[in-house]
Amino acid sequence: MTHPHLAPATEAQALEFGLSAEEWRLVLEKLGRTPNVTELGIFSVMWSEHCSYKSSRVHLAKLPTKAPHVIFGPGENAGAIHIGPGADGEPLACIFKMESHNHPSYIEPYQGAATGVGGIMRDVFTMGARPVALFNALRFGDPAHPKTRRLVDGVVRGIGGYGNCVGVPTLGGETNFHPGYNGNILVNAMCVGIARADRIFTSAAKGAGNPVVYVGAKTGRDGIHGATMASAEFGDDTEESRPTVQVGDPFLEKLLIEACLELMESDAIIGIQDMGAAGLTSSSVEMASKGGAGIELWIDAIPAREEGMTPYEFMLSESQERMLMTLKPGREPEAQRIFEKWGLDAATIGVTTTTDRLVLKWHGETVCDLPLGPLADEAPKYERPFVKPTAKVSGPQTIHGVPFADALVKLMTCPDMASKRWIWEQYDRDVMADTVAASGAADAAIVRIHGTERALAVSCDVTPRYVEADPYEGGKQAVAECWRNLTAVGATPLAITDNLNFGSPQRPEIMGQIVAAIEGMAEACRALDFPVVSGNVSLYNETNGAAIPPTPAIGGVGLLEDMSARAGFSGMAEGDVLILIGETTGALGATLYLRELHGREDGAPPAVDLALEKRHGDLVRGLIRDGFAKVVHDLSDGGLGCAAAELALVNDIGVYLEPRRGVHPDAWLWSETQARYLIAVPAAEAEFIYTAADEAGVTAEPVGIVGGCEIAFGADAMDLAALRAAWEGWLPGYMAQVA
Amino acid sequence: MKSAVIVFPGSNCDRDCATSLARVTGVQSVFVWHAETMLPEGLDLVILPGGFAYGDYLRSGAMAAKSPIMAAVRAHAAEGRLVAGICNGFQVLTECGLLPGALMRNSTMRYVCKDTPLAIANPDTAFTRAYGAAAETVMPVGNGDGRYVADDETLDRLEQEGRVVFRYLDNPNGSANDIAGIVNDAGNVIGLMPHPDRCADPALGRTGGVAFFRSVLEASG
Repeated sequence: MTHPHLAPATEAQALEFGLSAEEWRLVLEKLGRTPNVTELGIFSVMWSEHCSYKSSRVHLAKLPTKAPHVIFGPGENAGAIHIGPGADGEPLACIFKMESHNHPSYIEPYQGAATGVGGIMRDVFTMGARPVALFNALRFGDPAHPKTRRLVDGVVRGIGGYGNCVGVPTLGGETNFHPGYNGNILVNAMCVGIARADRIFTSAAKGAGNPVVYVGAKTGRDGIHGATMASAEFGDDTEESRPTVQVGDPFLEKLLIEACLELMESDAIIGIQDMGAAGLTSSSVEMASKGGAGIELWIDAIPAREEGMTPYEFMLSESQERMLMTLKPGREPEAQRIFEKWGLDAATIGVTTTTDRLVLKWHGETVCDLPLGPLADEAPKYERPFVKPTAKVSGPQTIHGVPFADALVKLMTCPDMASKRWIWEQYDRDVMADTVAASGAADAAIVRIHGTERALAVSCDVTPRYVEADPYEGGKQAVAECWRNLTAVGATPLAITDNLNFGSPQRPEIMGQIVAAIEGMAEACRALDFPVVSGNVSLYNETNGAAIPPTPAIGGVGLLEDMSARAGFSGMAEGDVLILIGETTGALGATLYLRELHGREDGAPPAVDLALEKRHGDLVRGLIRDGFAKVVHDLSDGGLGCAAAELALVNDIGVYLEPRRGVHPDAWLWSETQARYLIAVPAAEAEFIYTAADEAGVTAEPVGIVGGCEIAFGADAMDLAALRAAWEGWLPGYMAQVA
Repeated sequence: MKSAVIVFPGSNCDRDCATSLARVTGVQSVFVWHAETMLPEGLDLVILPGGFAYGDYLRSGAMAAKSPIMAAVRAHAAEGRLVAGICNGFQVLTECGLLPGALMRNSTMRYVCKDTPLAIANPDTAFTRAYGAAAETVMPVGNGDGRYVADDETLDRLEQEGRVVFRYLDNPNGSANDIAGIVNDAGNVIGLMPHPDRCADPALGRTGGVAFFRSVLEASG
């Protein structure tokens, strides 16, 4: 009797696997026959949103991806850029990418987050890079929501549990809370690695007759149809999806990294690809189609965790910590020796062919024979209908002022601003002994390029409330803020990875957000010479019809040619002058202040003037490089007031802020006008800054002085120790409460 | 001085230890794979680095204590030569019996990574002499199983014999008697949870571990 997985598939099964009726007809047409269930499974995961980017590809093409320093842009496992010479003069590349693990993390937070970290690291070391830093951008629901505490706990433990064990420092990220994420949290993980620029590996399995080698964890029945689950909305039965979540083994990942990097020292590998979403299906199709070859896999040879697995299960499993590679013929023993040294299971499970087809053999029979084209390049691509979002207009015309100290405490202790120490102290930030600045020490994390005096700077940014209010301006702002954060430590911003998290693209208003945000990002990337080199799209982040706030997270990388010429938060001293770079418009639309103090989320977000952004940034970077600015903080959430408070808290010294004549105090303190930086310098050096700013045509003026043990504004003041207790206390206090 | 760093498959501070030792003392270490059964001739120092030796899904360090290279490490220690177990290395040393006590899950039940101020409880050891008159230093910890425990008798003996070398001033993991590091009775084997290998580089702004490596160099003659 034919196994059910080899029986002819039906339209009902296609719908169950997440294909539309139209896509089912397309499968029949492309194939010229009815596929069996295994073949249908392969089609359905390859055509899932997660693997095919079918709703976003048309618009992603609008993003600039090229620059002289770009080696590989989108399309590979991760982006790659030149970063100059290493310790021995060898040319180095930085390889990086951000990827979401939203759906699984909501269902099973520990494993969802852990495997998110594992997956993004594999994307980076697959290309020959040693991972050197991890980041994560997290969005949770309302703290008062009954699930939030458990999700925070599980996600943080999962990220730490994986990264700490592998031995890659987790250096930063961002964590927001908003009721809009109650039903769909976001877990975006970013990995940054360093490779030799002349030894970067890709997935293309060029040439026929080459052995296809599998290494790593045995394949089990976990994660089957994970990519399909990640391409669907949640309903009330979401938690029943738990069996689709994978389980991670960081120790095995560590072994894989070391073994692969060791094998990569030789020239034995032709193409290499990790098995991530859609497992063996996606990796084998990717390798064969990029290599312009065909591929035949022998299912019986695949290392299996349990007996009785079918080809369908082997091909759709998302078991973690597995790699696929094609080797030059005859090099298997060499690879085998390295895999054995690291205690890894490996097997030759197939061969490349010239057929342009994916062929699966099982028990001596051909159980799948599909053309590669329709699975990969010819997968559906949609220009989904969208409505242009209506940007919110001007903010509130009149506001009731809030006393300074009340507003400051409220803002600094709101979940988005409160200290995240409770989170980052659970992450190993020091392993590899090259950490120059991690979370909370500067606007961007800084990691030294091993053996040199040069360093990479990395920052993750997006302000979802701006994107919600105006997707185009919000998209621009996310890129600009990332650029600004890298600039604020003295780095030259080089390139970004993006992680676009949205609701269902089948709703025209959501599709409108996606299109506008991408177009806004594209404008900022072009203006700031900040190309996109990799990325990930996560759609269908909605539950029972309610979508998340649009969240295009940006992860940027910059370079410090001399890490001793850098800026951070610490080093501020009694008598220093606080200098504000940039003008303050005073607009309060879509600000944190408006939300936290007035309970309103209306108004236009701050406008982003990219020419101004560049002029201000170039000035600040120059000042840092020339050694004139050591203490620098960009102004973002909570404006001048919160930036000054953060500097005071880090340095444990008070600040006095001068009220501005003719400007409403609340607008002066809490406006989130863009392209601004706060610099603290000794009074004797202030004049130099003003002159330099003047020459560059940039506004720079004193706004306060450093000293004492209070944060003061005019006659109003707040005790620094009391503010610290509240700021540091919120998150641990929240997590200690019994749900 | 001749130094070796043992590399278990899940070690992740092996390079950090070698780099820091070299930066402070100029001594290059040999890396020795866990499956070896012999150490190079004439070693003065063996470092057991931090990490997760075999994944540590069992008790941390339990499997590493049985690994092939450990017999040679024991023999090296028995000859009175220096052994330093840092973090996971400390866990391995207690599991293999070269040091008393055990490292248990932190009292917070969470991994903790932070700078910790330390008292130099015994300034007259092979690992602390270069701290000179300094009574305190700061080193980062990074552990989930860092809570030192031992029976009362053992703790009393450690205290009476001056074998507590480093003590937490702000105990991050609930260790008994605030113990951060101890030596064996001969004083040539140290285990400590804080990481001198992560704070021996002025360019990164932390130097609490510099004197640790300098002490080792001086003790090796």
